Amino acid sequence: MRLILAGIGAWVRQWLADVGHAALLFFRLLWLGPSCLKRFSLVRDQMHFLGNHSLAIIAVSGLFVGFVLALQGYNTLQKFGSASALGLLVALSLVRELGPVVSALLFTGRAGTSLTAEIGLMKAGEQLSAMEMMAIDPVSRILAPRFWAGVLVMPILGTVFSAVGIVGGWLVGVVMIGVDAGSFWGQMQDGVDVWSDVGNGFIKTVVFGLTVSFIALRQGFEAQATPEGVARATTRTVVMASLTVLALDFVLTALMFKL
Amino acid sequence: MQRSNTDVWVGLLVVVGAAALLFLAMQSANLLSISWQKTYEINALFDNIGGLKKQAAVKSAGVVVGRVQDIRFDDKSFQANVVMAMDVRYQFPKDSSLKILTSGLLGEQYIGIEAGSEVANLAPGDKVQSTQSAVVLENLISRFLYNKASDAGSAPAGN
Repeated sequence: MRLILAGIGAWVRQWLADVGHAALLFFRLLWLGPSCLKRFSLVRDQMHFLGNHSLAIIAVSGLFVGFVLALQGYNTLQKFGSASALGLLVALSLVRELGPVVSALLFTGRAGTSLTAEIGLMKAGEQLSAMEMMAIDPVSRILAPRFWAGVLVMPILGTVFSAVGIVGGWLVGVVMIGVDAGSFWGQMQDGVDVWSDVGNGFIKTVVFGLTVSFIALRQGFEAQATPEGVARATTRTVVMASLTVLALDFVLTALMFKL
Repeated sequence: MQRSNTDVWVGLLVVVGAAALLFLAMQSANLLSISWQKTYEINALFDNIGGLKKQAAVKSAGVVVGRVQDIRFDDKSFQANVVMAMDVRYQFPKDSSLKILTSGLLGEQYIGIEAGSEVANLAPGDKVQSTQSAVVLENLISRFLYNKASDAGSAPAGN
């Protein structure tokens, strides 16, 4: 009995300590923002690595998601004789939900994992300890530029995803199926609001950028300095970041689009 | 050399992102046409506005000529006060009438404006006198049922 209680106690204490460490690291990264942006060349290199290299996969996925949305949406809407609302359906689902969420998941897979593996290997190769020996803070020199690059890049990727998706929906809906172009764009422009839809979608991408970059960096930073440790950390990045993005999306949606 | 190359690519990324945002704002949300068109305000009192919302269209002959800007409750007359922003390109006579209509069977509600015959046009801040409320489905059904019941009551007496 005592052993079980002690086990629970130790587990809770461990968990609280983990949360505390994570929060400390998070606020430290936020605090390092201005000094990090002052040395922009570091952030720029990471933006190039995280952003430009993810652009192709984001654009292609956006195009196909737009295609599928238009096909499926047309099938359902046509049953109610309102195929003219196809543009609205495609635009709202992309701008509000799919753009931010799917691009965040892709960003996790494409960029988050490479961040974790990179930091984890730096740790395994004792590069981080070496930097500390030279009185260079690895958090401000290695983690912060990657964090801020991720935060800056994610909104760009999410927006590109939505825009390309709408073009994809237009290609299938208007060019292929033959929905009237005027009602496709007109219904969309009637129903989509700049602030409450496009703006809130943009806020979502910023929040997801913070989340995914932070989780990826923390998993790399806390990884056990062994090959298996790095492998486990990479897996955990994908699982945790994806789950957190989906859960946060629910919370943000509930806050933003209350009726 | 490597340095400036990265700069170019990151710059391109940011430009692509900005273009995408601009596309979303202009093409899908129609930011420009809302804020740049000049409008004049008119208002009207309705007994019942049904499901009318802000930003609903004001249409004449099916063409959008304005938008509902604000909906308030007037606690003097206990009616709904609807403020509409009308496009300055379109002028309507002072005795025009407003109706709350529904697009489709159960679609969105909008205001239909029908031109009157007076020479003077509606000026900014004018109040439209002749209004017709929204058709509330429950009232319609209850009236229908009431008529049915009174028909059924009078039919046997007639025969």
